[in-house]
Amino acid sequence: MNKDLVVDTKGLACPMPIVKAKKALDGLQSGQVMEVLSTDKGSVNDFQAWVKQTNHELVKHEEEQGVYKFYVRKA
Amino acid sequence: MTTTATYQPMTAKEVTRYVLDKQPLFILDVRNEGDYNDWRIEGETIESINVPYFELLEGVEGIMDRIPAEGKVLVVCAKEGSSMFVAEQLAETGRAEVFYLQGGMKAWSEYLEPVKVADLKDGGELYQFVRIGKGCLSYMVISNGEAATIDTLRMTDVFEQFAAEKGATIKHTIDTHLHADHISGGRQLAEKLGATYWLPPKDAGEVTFEYAALNDAEEITVGDTQIKIQAIYSPGHTIGSTSFVVDDRYLLSGDILFVESIGRPDLAGLAEDWVGDLRNTLYNRYKELSEELVVLPAHFGKITELGEGGKVSARLGDLYQNNPGLNIHDEAEFRRAVTENLPQHPNSYQQIRQTNMGKIAPTSDEQREMEIGPNRCAIHDK
Repeated sequence: MNKDLVVDTKGLACPMPIVKAKKALDGLQSGQVMEVLSTDKGSVNDFQAWVKQTNHELVKHEEEQGVYKFYVRKA
Repeated sequence: MTTTATYQPMTAKEVTRYVLDKQPLFILDVRNEGDYNDWRIEGETIESINVPYFELLEGVEGIMDRIPAEGKVLVVCAKEGSSMFVAEQLAETGRAEVFYLQGGMKAWSEYLEPVKVADLKDGGELYQFVRIGKGCLSYMVISNGEAATIDTLRMTDVFEQFAAEKGATIKHTIDTHLHADHISGGRQLAEKLGATYWLPPKDAGEVTFEYAALNDAEEITVGDTQIKIQAIYSPGHTIGSTSFVVDDRYLLSGDILFVESIGRPDLAGLAEDWVGDLRNTLYNRYKELSEELVVLPAHFGKITELGEGGKVSARLGDLYQNNPGLNIHDEAEFRRAVTENLPQHPNSYQQIRQTNMGKIAPTSDEQREMEIGPNRCAIHDK
């Protein structure tokens, strides 16, 4: 899928994946899509809750060999 | 001495003291809402609020009015990283006495508080290990340099160390049944120490390892003064569930009978088949025992079940008066109570059963993950 930015947080523990994702998202335009990579299992539930609370859109998320990928469209 | 903004770790053991000594503690739990609603630190004097850390990335100013102006604040998260992040921000507002839970809820789930239950005859001792974060209870019988553990938890080093401090060698590790809510440490501990691992054969049909068959009326002796552990076949939570009478006084009831509830028969998928067994155990077999026996279960469901020093126990005769699960006189009503509207299953209970059968061998991190959450082994658990 199209993405405007990739944020790699592999190897980082909570809260860093969301801290980095938020910083990156702040620099995007409305409608742009960011891909976040994480190896933190706890980030799956947290990303969904965070995106919901901030009104952005979690377009999809998937797991590939222990790496979680989140696609977030900025509101 | 420095007076700059600081925050400090608080261990699960220290948090346990607040709960058991009924000292006030305010908790800011920064996990997501779902995890908080599922399972959290509770206690009579514990007050907690939930604000996920991702709502506090810009700072904590917005929630300061929800935190008491005075006293200690403990920030809690799953592992500890996010709680340190939030604790730092709290400290920066100028607050003193800011703490984070060291190791997070994972550490809380694993902490065991040893509580002495009683002196047994000829210098023997009986201890209960309270897994306060998850509601599991283990036991150790010590007599004359020997020890037996019952319903040993995964944190086997705690038992090993405790026995060593008491100058005792663990000779037997005994499980009352094949557990579905937590991973047994009985087999691992027995293998390490050359002890005997006992399991009821009817629960062991699919296990992949050697064990000693724990049959009805089996007697296990601890120490040469012979503290007796007498087995009583008491099916219902599982088909093999077995209870023990220790030193003619203490009834270790496993997951059959709890202080405020009774065991659920559905975790192996055979509720309808096992209802009759559960009824027979609770309303006939246990009824034949002395009312003076002190019941020591393998779980508690609510923090209010913790008595003096954290001990969970009750006189059998009192439970026949007060436990709602022992006072359902109509059989059809009993059947409904233990098969309908049951609480959610414990997290990962299928994988936990497979692990306890030796069919799968998860890594220690995976095992820790599988055990996150409450035990939910009683019919009245939420």
